[in-house]
Amino acid sequence: MAQAQAQTPQAGTEVPGDAHAADATFPPFATETFAGQLLWLTISFVVLYTLLSRVVLPRLTGIIENRRATIARDLDDAAAMKTRAEEAGAAYEKALAEARGRAQALAQETRGKLAAESDAKRKALEADLNKRLAEAEATIAAKKTDAMSHVRGIAAETAAAIVERLTGKTPAPQAVEAALD
Amino acid sequence: MASPIEQFQVKPIIPIINFTNSSLFMIGAVGLIVGGLLYASRKRALIPGRSQSVAEILHDFVANTLTDTAGREGMKFFPFVFSLFMFVLTANLLGMVPGFFTVTSQIVVTFALALLVIGTVIIYGFVAHGLHFLHLFVPSGVPGWLLPFISVIEIISFLSRPISLSLRLFANMLAGHIALKVFGGFVVSLGTAGVGIALLSPLPLIMAVGLTALEFLVAALQAYVFTVLTCIYLNDALHPGH
Repeated sequence: MAQAQAQTPQAGTEVPGDAHAADATFPPFATETFAGQLLWLTISFVVLYTLLSRVVLPRLTGIIENRRATIARDLDDAAAMKTRAEEAGAAYEKALAEARGRAQALAQETRGKLAAESDAKRKALEADLNKRLAEAEATIAAKKTDAMSHVRGIAAETAAAIVERLTGKTPAPQAVEAALD
Repeated sequence: MASPIEQFQVKPIIPIINFTNSSLFMIGAVGLIVGGLLYASRKRALIPGRSQSVAEILHDFVANTLTDTAGREGMKFFPFVFSLFMFVLTANLLGMVPGFFTVTSQIVVTFALALLVIGTVIIYGFVAHGLHFLHLFVPSGVPGWLLPFISVIEIISFLSRPISLSLRLFANMLAGHIALKVFGGFVVSLGTAGVGIALLSPLPLIMAVGLTALEFLVAALQAYVFTVLTCIYLNDALHPGH
């Protein structure tokens, strides 16, 4: 402001001269303008308030609320879809586990059945072999017994033949039998 | 060159209905606000464009200021506070256009707006709370012998509100515009004062550029201050004797 006062003389007569010539009072304090300004301020502000509160603000609030509702709905939808996806995932896991369990059971069963079958076949084969073995042994024993039963006869005949060759006469069968005993 | 206060002169345009340059810029501000906001929100887009974003930011800004100071119930005053904020802001910013009249540099305008705020506070306070509204002047937890003094101070502070509210806006706009005009005048005065002194004339020009930026800040800030104080006073009307 000191600068302003220092410059005033050089600035010529316009600055101080005009201000006092045009209007003696400071314009904002010129009371004769108050009524008109108040009148038009009232008109302007009433119009502004009415238009804003009736038209503009409901529209803006509507836009913002609509967006908020849309976002909330979309978020809900997304959450529901996520839940459904998780449920589907869980169901898939469950189905997979079940299938795996069934496959294992089936494999176990098949393995058991096959093992039992081969076991049975092996047993049947063994039984058959054992039977044949026993039969063979029985045959051998019979043949042996049979053979052994002929030994006495052969011995008697042989003894009779030897005696006959040595003595020239046939010994009595009783005597041969007695000699053999 | 015109005087720095010539810009505040109210000049008649249509004298019969008292229509002046002041009236013109009031109506102009209203037209700009309503037209601008309607234009900005014309598409009602879910994803806002640039102009609609500005309108929504203004809406949310005032709504947040109001609910932060006066709570959810404060929203019943939202159209009023929004109108005040937009009117003061637009009038302030229109004043920044060279040659335009600044409505808010008229004390009668700012005082009328301040009285409107305080009048709303008083009327709503008594209608909503009856005599309980007077608890505003009797703070709780004050010793009995202090109460008369405190009440007097509270009443004085309440009565000074419309004065401080209107003077703050008026003085800020007035002083800023005078300062701008004075520095602008220096540029011309120095430039025509002679060869040597003319070299100094860029200095006030730089100052005027800086002041212009500052004045834009002040224009927006004073509109905000006016709105915040309005919200605080309305909070008193909504919740007296807290």
